[in-house]
Amino acid sequence: MHAIRKKRLITLAVILFILSAALGLVLYALQQNINLFYSPTQIALGEAPENTTIRAGGMVVKGSVKRDANTLAVTFAVTDFKHSVQIQYQGILPDLFREGQGIVAQGKMLSNGVFSASQVLAKHDEKYMPPEVTEALEKAQQQTNPTSSSTLER
Amino acid sequence: MIPEIGHFALILALFFSLCLSVVPLIGYWQKNRVLLHTARPLTYLMSFFVLVSFLVLALSFMTDDFSVLYVSQNSNSQLPIWYKFSALWGGHEGSLLLWILILSGWSSAVALKSVSLPKDVGPVVLSVLGMVSLGFLSFMLFTSSPFVRALPDAPLDGRDLNPLLQDIGLIIHPPMLYMGYVGFSVAFAFAIAALITGNLNASWARWTRPWTSLSWAFLTLGITLGSWWAYYELGWGGWWFWDPVENASFMPWLAGTALVHSLAVTEKRGVFKSWTVLLAIFTFSLSLLGTFLVRSGVLTSVHAFAADPTRGIYILMLLVILIGGSLLLYGLRASQVRASATFGVTGREAWLLLNNILLTVLTLTVLLGTLYPLIFDVLGLGRISVGAPYFNTVFSPIALLLIVFMAIGPFSKWHHTKASLLLNAILLPAVLAIVVAGLLSYVYALGMMAWLTLSVALWSALLIAKDWFVKVSAGTKGIIPRARQLPRNYYGMMIAHLGMVVTLIGILLVSTSSHESTVKLSPGESVSFAGYDFHFDGISHLKGPNYLADRGVISVSKNGDFVALLQPEKRFYSTSRQIMTEAGLDAGFTRDLYVSLGEKLSGEAWGIRLYVKAFVRWIWLGGLMMMCGGLLSALDKRYRKTVRGNNA
Repeated sequence: MHAIRKKRLITLAVILFILSAALGLVLYALQQNINLFYSPTQIALGEAPENTTIRAGGMVVKGSVKRDANTLAVTFAVTDFKHSVQIQYQGILPDLFREGQGIVAQGKMLSNGVFSASQVLAKHDEKYMPPEVTEALEKAQQQTNPTSSSTLER
Repeated sequence: MIPEIGHFALILALFFSLCLSVVPLIGYWQKNRVLLHTARPLTYLMSFFVLVSFLVLALSFMTDDFSVLYVSQNSNSQLPIWYKFSALWGGHEGSLLLWILILSGWSSAVALKSVSLPKDVGPVVLSVLGMVSLGFLSFMLFTSSPFVRALPDAPLDGRDLNPLLQDIGLIIHPPMLYMGYVGFSVAFAFAIAALITGNLNASWARWTRPWTSLSWAFLTLGITLGSWWAYYELGWGGWWFWDPVENASFMPWLAGTALVHSLAVTEKRGVFKSWTVLLAIFTFSLSLLGTFLVRSGVLTSVHAFAADPTRGIYILMLLVILIGGSLLLYGLRASQVRASATFGVTGREAWLLLNNILLTVLTLTVLLGTLYPLIFDVLGLGRISVGAPYFNTVFSPIALLLIVFMAIGPFSKWHHTKASLLLNAILLPAVLAIVVAGLLSYVYALGMMAWLTLSVALWSALLIAKDWFVKVSAGTKGIIPRARQLPRNYYGMMIAHLGMVVTLIGILLVSTSSHESTVKLSPGESVSFAGYDFHFDGISHLKGPNYLADRGVISVSKNGDFVALLQPEKRFYSTSRQIMTEAGLDAGFTRDLYVSLGEKLSGEAWGIRLYVKAFVRWIWLGGLMMMCGGLLSALDKRYRKTVRGNNA
């Protein structure tokens, strides 16, 4: 075999090896770490899997935020104005978390239908609405009132 | 009237950039010297008018001209003066103007230096830079001019700068980042010019190298500053979030790092030529892609402030034309720049090839993770987010392997290295590093992965020191004269590699030995945490220039000895009605104490986050070292020689 060809072959083999190893790693990591978003309606219909890390979100229901007297535990409900879901969380809520605000939480569904959040995300802007939540609200709106679908401002 | 001058200057700049993209190229094809010579004056004219419009916008900000829509959206009369200036790049339009200003700066610098380039190469390079300017100037003028007036109903006061951006870190972070991002346009222009002229020899790599190293240094600094800013400003003590906007700046850095290394091979050995050209195109394309991702609002994240789809489509078209055009040109012409030389599979070329493969793979994995939610969404498969664990899982092992090669590489010789020689050089330090790292991991109970990582870090540091020592103790001259004789390029590499090691140690220790806790404290209460006692003295109220704040006072002591007084704040910015958390920090070489206020709970109690971050400063120290390395190698003496004489 030619020296040059041999060299090219070695180079190619090394590249292929590294690429396939990296690809394997990527596929493995993607499988573990993709978090799908579920709207309150989807959760109410039982579409969300239990004990898998997912995201859920909606508008924080007015008057639903309840804090524990002695710990940092807090519960609240989010809604897409059709269904709502209870969320429990332990820790400090973000600056812009307040009732009536759109939020996204990351965590797991418990078997009693409560969403246990490990992270609550609210963006640093009062006007900002997480796009997932906007979409969820629009969908819920469409189901209840199919004629006026775009009354919610994007 | 004054803002209109800025707008008009921008139009003139567009006109000159159009001339610059066309005239010198016609000159090149018709071998017309007069037309070729227009490149430099056109570059200066374009840059001048961009500068004028930048200064005009700055003036509008400084004088609170709220009849300018962009000023009224991003500034406020109560804003401190330095933030009024930096508010210029606080939004979409202004940061684009900064982008173009920096591009003009780089173009003018190339024009100044182009006297030492061959007669036909300089103008073509400038012309390519002119095309990039043309694209962005037209984007700005047609979709996002910062000079649009809010007349006749000019607001009395502005809506204020996003409080997140009211910070020293955000005054310097974007300009540095853009210096890096945009600086890669020079390498790109040289690559395109090489494809057009078919003139790609060792001197091509020598012209391109200092520009690339310099941009790389700026980008490194920009990313380091960004990470530092996020750490203290976002209030949860993280230093890297794998946020799409961070990834957008990190991908050009990874590709740029590969480019810096492959340029070295192309210059020294004349191989990897077409790959280097491709990489230069690839790196700048990633800069553009980053701009697109951030500016179009296609990915939503903390930083995304633009949400206008027409802009997204315009910049996407720009991206397609620039990248598509370059790749087409590459496809047509790359066969002409094939290397005649070959490389040995045991030589330094091979190690640098490995470096390039790994860096490219890293870039692609980050790219995939960043675009995956987008692809998912476009295909209608639902909304997903790719979590930081994905990036950590994929990135860490590959990066660690890269650092292993980084340690070995410098010991190899060009073309061919005897395996026994290499083994002899690296074996003893390896044993030493594994033993020391093992002891450290055992004493501090760090675990297996930490042991491995620490071994690699120590081993690399030992090898870097050893390499230097071998080099300076060779010969009879004595150590200091020898050390002085070593080229700056070598010291650049050494310091950058050491910086990598320092960052690695920082990342490792901050993720294995840090402590965090969220507590509920009332004034007068204390909590013991990670060997420190945190005492909550109370809350005071104060008034800033454009905000009201609750300031917590927390005194920290260790075994009864006072350590630090931390004063985290919760600010309420009255104009924008936003709440911001300012962390209270005590920085140290081996640890940071970090406290941030959560919410006020029942009574006088507050939710408070406490962190002890081990070695977190090392992450940025390493970044600064890498930047210095890049600067040093850009300043190497041999790049300053005029190349006119030896470009045979």
